Amino acid sequence: MGAEGIGARIARKEDKRFITGKGRYTDDMVVPGMKHAMFVRSPHAHAKINGIDKSAALAVPGVIDVLDGQQLTEDGIGSLICGWAITSKDGSPMNMGDWRPLATGKVRYVGDAVAIVVADTRAQAREGAEKVEVDYEELPSVTDSTAAIAEGAPQIHENAPGNQIFDWELGDSTTVDAALASAAHITEMDVVNNRLIPNAMEPRAALGHYNSAEDHYTCWTTSQNPHVARLVMSAFYNVAPENKLRVIAPDVGGGFGSKIYIYPEEIVCLWASKRTDVPVKWVADRTESFMCDAHGRDHVSNIKIAFDSENRITAIKVDTLANIGAYMSLFSSATPTYLYATLLSGQYNVANIHANVRTVYTNTAPVDAYRGAGRPEACYLIERAMETAARELGVDPAELRRKNFITEFPHQTPVIMAYDAGDFGASLDAAMQAADYSGFAARKAEAAGRGKLRGIGLSCYIEACGIAPSQAVGSLGAGVGLWESAEVRVNAVGTIEVLTGSHSHGQGHETTFAQLVADRLGVGIDTVSIVHGDTDKVQMGMGTYGSRSGAVGMSAISVALDRVEAKAKKIAAHLLEADEADIVIEGGELKVAGTDKTLPWFQMALAAYTAHNLPEGMEPGLKETAFFDPANFTFPAGCYICEVEVDPDTGVTDVIQFVAADDFGTIINPMIVEGQVHGGVAQGIGQALLEGCAYDPQSGQLLTASYMDYTMPRADDLPSIDVSTTKTESPSNPLGMKGCGEAGAIGSPPAVINAITDAIGNNDLTMPATPQAVWAAING
Amino acid sequence: MYKTNYHRASSVEEAASLIAGADDGKLLAGGQTLIPTMKQRLAAPSDVVDLRHIADLKGISVAGSQVTIGAGTTHADVANSAEIRSACPALADLASHIGDPHVRNMGTIGGSIANNDPAADYPAAMVALGATIHTNSREISADDFFVGMFETALNDGEIITAVSFNAPEKAAYQKFPNPASRYAMTGVFVAKGAGGVRVGVTGAGSDGVFRATDMEAALGANFSGGALDATSVDSSGMLSDLHGSSDYRANLVKVMARRAVEAAG
Ligand SMILES: Cc1cc2nc3c(=O)[nH]c(=O)nc-3n(C[C@H](O)[C@H](O)[C@H](O)COP(=O)(O)OP(=O)(O)OC[C@H]3O[C@@H](n4cnc5c(N)ncnc54)[C@H](O)[C@@H]3O)c2cc1C
Repeated sequence: MGAEGIGARIARKEDKRFITGKGRYTDDMVVPGMKHAMFVRSPHAHAKINGIDKSAALAVPGVIDVLDGQQLTEDGIGSLICGWAITSKDGSPMNMGDWRPLATGKVRYVGDAVAIVVADTRAQAREGAEKVEVDYEELPSVTDSTAAIAEGAPQIHENAPGNQIFDWELGDSTTVDAALASAAHITEMDVVNNRLIPNAMEPRAALGHYNSAEDHYTCWTTSQNPHVARLVMSAFYNVAPENKLRVIAPDVGGGFGSKIYIYPEEIVCLWASKRTDVPVKWVADRTESFMCDAHGRDHVSNIKIAFDSENRITAIKVDTLANIGAYMSLFSSATPTYLYATLLSGQYNVANIHANVRTVYTNTAPVDAYRGAGRPEACYLIERAMETAARELGVDPAELRRKNFITEFPHQTPVIMAYDAGDFGASLDAAMQAADYSGFAARKAEAAGRGKLRGIGLSCYIEACGIAPSQAVGSLGAGVGLWESAEVRVNAVGTIEVLTGSHSHGQGHETTFAQLVADRLGVGIDTVSIVHGDTDKVQMGMGTYGSRSGAVGMSAISVALDRVEAKAKKIAAHLLEADEADIVIEGGELKVAGTDKTLPWFQMALAAYTAHNLPEGMEPGLKETAFFDPANFTFPAGCYICEVEVDPDTGVTDVIQFVAADDFGTIINPMIVEGQVHGGVAQGIGQALLEGCAYDPQSGQLLTASYMDYTMPRADDLPSIDVSTTKTESPSNPLGMKGCGEAGAIGSPPAVINAITDAIGNNDLTMPATPQAVWAAING
Repeated sequence: MYKTNYHRASSVEEAASLIAGADDGKLLAGGQTLIPTMKQRLAAPSDVVDLRHIADLKGISVAGSQVTIGAGTTHADVANSAEIRSACPALADLASHIGDPHVRNMGTIGGSIANNDPAADYPAAMVALGATIHTNSREISADDFFVGMFETALNDGEIITAVSFNAPEKAAYQKFPNPASRYAMTGVFVAKGAGGVRVGVTGAGSDGVFRATDMEAALGANFSGGALDATSVDSSGMLSDLHGSSDYRANLVKVMARRAVEAAG
């Protein structure tokens, strides 16, 4: 591996610029003649637009133009799409309502964009936006999913009767019902997965620049997948043909899923730039981020787990209602279906599983994938139910899990997934040992002496990363393929550029991807540069989400490196007059095995480019491309144990201990992996204890629209996290990697809630378990 | 933020005349409430009169048991003041838990009490310490000063110059922070002084800061946490919102009061 290769714990190359404030984000981009935009947004949850009067806004000094949805329609700009088609169980296609980038006819949530104001300064644009008079006729609204499918609920989209988008199922309900009927014990629970607001540190932004001289568009934007943005904007939104549209996602300050989607704002900025013939920049303020970034989770579910007389699971039955918000965002249909129900087997050997999922429109911000996307919802459901079952059955929660673990791989679940590798017992053992599980009773007694209620909770999670293969997801309704691409360019002096379709927005790719190259070629990571985030520089790519950049993105680099190495060896063999098969690449040199004959890497590269002396018929140059399409998902898994103390007087929960034992397969940089786990667990503890998006049920106003009311986890809310890993390699990619970006957020919420319910002796507790909620549960 | 005219006053008199001459003027102290409100476009004063450069409004003095704090004294200065730490450590402790370092280095005691946010910390202390609020025209007792949510006895353009109080024999403040904003969801300041025991409660009451008179009577007879067992807090007068129901707040008032008494020793 070498000092900088795979497994090396080295500091991130990108940190210097981030820590010293020298990152370059979309808002840092300036082009000559650039103007500023503000959006006019609906103050109502649901209203008819009877007219828009722009005259006062146009009179504001500095305002260049005010553009609305009517003009957007006239110019042929398309409606937003959903990238995954789901078919209801009766065979009908999903009932998708129209999402115009600027609303026409109706607004459907507080924050819905109605018009854009372009002005010389941001302040003038804001002034103008305030002066646009929209004549709204308020309509009754509904924000809660259960209320939205009830009889007589306000109808949000004409073509989604009763607000239902689809009623989908997975698995065999007949066998499941039979197993339930003959069960020795059934654990049944109603479980809510609370709605979250992503809160990336950098708000979304877009700078659209139409160059009329060249008839060419450039869009700088806060995207996790600039190529997908270009594809969708050209193929569906009719903004510009692909060859005339360049999308650049420079440094991006966190995404967590919320920056996967193509939003109205980047489309409208590009279009407005053409209409006004000036570059148009929009940067969301924090309130817009709260209101208009795609939210996460928001499931209401019922789960039944059936056990036989030996406490083995015989069936799982799930019924879920998922809130999609006012419009179907890009992956909104996949999140509560194929990213969710397919993981309902958990780590357990279960013969019969059935899930029914209904999705529903409400007058709220669109809901889409958010760190974990579907898998946290599945994990929370199963792991709360398993802990509850253990309590009901009077057995140790760890042992009930262990008894039901899948122990042989590959393992085909009844819900599509074929788990390729794992050792769930190893993670459980590691976590129990790190948590001193057996010493808990003594700690509980000691806490009781101090008037505190101490509890312990487990969560054995499994998730699926690197969504693949393309053919399989295509057959399930995906609109895109889920491969990744890489180009490895060896320069004439031997330095290396890697062009990747993955996008880094906090993950540290500039370091880990370089580590892979260092590992393979024995060169220093300083001689390797990672190029990403620009459709003019990088060949087509699919971007970063679902912890796919390692398992899929690095695998593509690995395959391209195979090709580079093969050619390099041919050149070396030729120059060293040796057999190609005897050439090894080591420590930055090409060597003839068993001899002292060597050729420095840079000399081989120079030879490739001078082309003075290459093997007969070989093309000059050294640059290779690969598109990698994995054979299967990868399945990171692990065990989390949380220990809490609750203050019965106030309901305050103190997380005393948090242990994470994960199996991520091959690890490139343990420090970065630990950072990902820390961040994921922080987000999961945030969901469990602090974060909860709330809309006013009457007015549909967002109540948690600022940090005064939306509680983000802060350092002092979090314990020191004990992170360790065990390893089984994924056979589905050449590196044996699984992915670590979301595990923390997936595995932690049930561990926290299981610990609190253990402490207080009341299982009737929903997230976020705020002091008030816990106090009410203690006294309820 | 809307356009506004900025004025820097160098004396209280100048500030008073500037504010009197303004169309719809606002005094500016630390700006930690006023500026965010203006940035959100929820306030649009025609003129802003900056008090931060008036030396007379700053500083802490202790003469015998009499403590005086200039209105323009920052939370950080109160928190770090050796005089306050010795005369009334509970007040220094309270100031040290307001907001974050940025807020404490800018925000002032005068601005805080003039604003009378129902979740602000200082009002509980002022009430419990029986403080006197000094303005450029009169003196007002804390009991009379805090009128209701965001409402005080101040007249238009009246400027707080200082607060003063007698150092208590014992005192303590216990704050239960709102999980999101970390303002007080319930804060109880208990002070035992020459005039008896006073209990100021902030964050909880639907009408802003209030005195828990039942608790004062119980503690006057027996200054101990246990003395509060017999008292009850009526939840009907409590705030209720996303973060805490009125029942929960009523519970917190009692719990925080007991902890304050225990901390006061
Ligand atoms: C992030 C954040 C967290 C905070 N957390 C807390 C907290 O935990 N607890 C808490 O109590 N507070 C908190 N605050 C509020 C903070 O304490 C403010 O500093 C305070 O409320 C206002 O003081 P200021 O000096 O900043 O006044 P300004 O914002 O300048 O003014 C506030 C109001 O008082 C008026 N005013 C100011 N000075 C005078 C005067 N001398 N005479 C008459 N009127 C005057 C102004 O005209 C204005 O109406 C927080 C604020 C922020 C931004």
